[in-house]
Amino acid sequence: MQADPKNVLTGSHYLDGNHACAEGALAAGCKFFAGYPLTPSTEIAERVARRFPMLGGIFVQMEDELASITAILGASWGGKKTMTCTSGPGFSLMMENFGLGIMTETPFVLVNVQRGGPSTGLPTLPGQADIMQARWGSHGDYEVIALAPDSPQECFEFTIDAFNLSEKYRMPVLLMTDECVGHMTERVVIPEADQIELVERRYTKKKPGEGWPFEHNGSDIPPMLPIGEGYRFHVTGLTHDYRGYPVIDAEAQKWKVEHLMDKVRKHADEIIRYEQEGVEDAEVVVMAYGISSRVVRRAIDQARAEGIKVGLVKLITIWPFAEKLVAELSAKVKSLVMVELNMGQLYYEMERCARGRCKTTLVGHTGGAVHKPEVIYAAIKEAAQ
Amino acid sequence: MSPIIAEPPSKDVRDQKHPMEKLLRMDRIPHIWCPTCGLGTTVTALAMAFEELELDLDKVAVVSGIGCTGRVAGYMKVDSFHATHGRAMPYAFGLALARPDMKVIVFSGDGDLASIGGNHFIHAARRNANLTVVCVNNFIYAMTGGQSAPTTPTTAKSSTSPYGTCEHPCNLPLLAGSSGATYVARWTCLHVRRLTKAIKEAINKKGFSFVEVIAPCATLYARLNKLGSGLDLMRFYHENSVIKHGADLNELDIDYQSKIIVGKFVDIEKPTFLDLYNQANKRAFGDKYQPYGGDNGVK
Repeated sequence: MQADPKNVLTGSHYLDGNHACAEGALAAGCKFFAGYPLTPSTEIAERVARRFPMLGGIFVQMEDELASITAILGASWGGKKTMTCTSGPGFSLMMENFGLGIMTETPFVLVNVQRGGPSTGLPTLPGQADIMQARWGSHGDYEVIALAPDSPQECFEFTIDAFNLSEKYRMPVLLMTDECVGHMTERVVIPEADQIELVERRYTKKKPGEGWPFEHNGSDIPPMLPIGEGYRFHVTGLTHDYRGYPVIDAEAQKWKVEHLMDKVRKHADEIIRYEQEGVEDAEVVVMAYGISSRVVRRAIDQARAEGIKVGLVKLITIWPFAEKLVAELSAKVKSLVMVELNMGQLYYEMERCARGRCKTTLVGHTGGAVHKPEVIYAAIKEAAQ
Repeated sequence: MSPIIAEPPSKDVRDQKHPMEKLLRMDRIPHIWCPTCGLGTTVTALAMAFEELELDLDKVAVVSGIGCTGRVAGYMKVDSFHATHGRAMPYAFGLALARPDMKVIVFSGDGDLASIGGNHFIHAARRNANLTVVCVNNFIYAMTGGQSAPTTPTTAKSSTSPYGTCEHPCNLPLLAGSSGATYVARWTCLHVRRLTKAIKEAINKKGFSFVEVIAPCATLYARLNKLGSGLDLMRFYHENSVIKHGADLNELDIDYQSKIIVGKFVDIEKPTFLDLYNQANKRAFGDKYQPYGGDNGVK
């Protein structure tokens, strides 16, 4: 299905990443947004609040982040495409009900415009240190899908992709941007609505009285039930059976949790997205995502100019992690280098998947600024030795 | 001490259809609540309210939080949601805004709504969210084993206040009324007829309507405080209730084993969140603005 032209601001614009993200949400058909102000994410909420009334949407500024994420869960079951945005401290508060979204297989999009942490940290400066929190932040076992844009253009596009993934796999999807990308202003080209493919919510074909909210078969994605149509279904964060009824035992737990894992793991090849440049003959491959994937380019250019065979893998999905890709690369390159604005998070995933087949290097950073290209360059040079 | 009913029901009785069958998920019965818990009669009052109002049950949703009362959503045969602890209110608010044509009822306990969900309670009332809130107050955290709640009367014992609670309890009608609720009532679960009427009025009320239900917890509150059986406690609450409609909300504190003022305290009209949202946008955009929710913007 194509986007509704009414929702799409077709044309060439000069937007920052946060505003582009808001436009992506509108183009995707988001009609309910509940949020709480948090630097550096707030412009997303502000733009949605301004644009929603004439698009038939509803924006609510909630009392806190707990309420924000919970309200969008309720509205999602009410049939709307929903989103909220936040940053580090709010992301921490949202983790409880992010888990409720995972457990109840509720589609919505959560944007984390990352800043420096821990705690209040650096409200106005970038970080990429919530990567493991995105993966493991809520309690229990589950899988997540997280995308990392590196520009306002990607903020627009990946937000639409995040909505599509969340509907397709019936789960919350994370957009992990950062202060730099969120506040960077660049040209954003928004295509015609008919060029934007949307995944619409899949509802059961069964009649009321026959359909249940969690009827999956292995990794199949169960269709949702529409509210207010006589299905009279139940949804709970407790471990439940296909009917949504609580069942507190190990067998039901296995049935549910394995499904939550499988629906991502078994579709990982369809979900995982990345770009490669100059990887074919590379001896060193630099991996990066979000703002860091832009910073590394200068260092890579410099290294190439000096004859070092270096390639780039820019991760678009950080979760699920591109395990197969790293396994393949590690078998043929001398060295893998991870550049990220943290002290080693996705690096350890890369190291795990490389299984000692090649050298692995972390170019970490405590956040508050982007990497200096010369530091990355030095790491590439060292890795090529 | 009241006698314990030991005789099991006869086969005739067991074969009878439950009069509330179409309102309850019979495939989930028996429920998990203890004998003489106040939740049974409170749920009956809710079900009777649904019936007497002749509501289209396809257009009713019940949202609960966590705890004994949190399990209510799971037993009502309507679209129902069992949210996380304290979060029934924002969950229901999101749902009600997404589906303004539906009646959304929050049915939860005192710990869930007044403690962990206290902030959401205040702000849902302040916004005049179009929600009906039934709060079952048993003065204790029962599901987790009898710990102090923000409603536990001063000096009452709990498993975490073994020498008596040393805090002032919440006055829930005052909290609701001062935060902006359009309807506030309190009954005990033995005032079944009056409670049913209050729930009906609350459901019909536009905006944030609140009904507190004083209910006994035999297993924990009565036992830890040596107050006899659940029936004894239920009878005590009923007999010590003083009906005082329109009472000053400040008078409604509940002391340990003393008088409980019940009645209807607030019944006013004011625009809901959605009314004001539509008004604001109408001011900004004029006739080009299509009101959100259309005619369904009100209950």
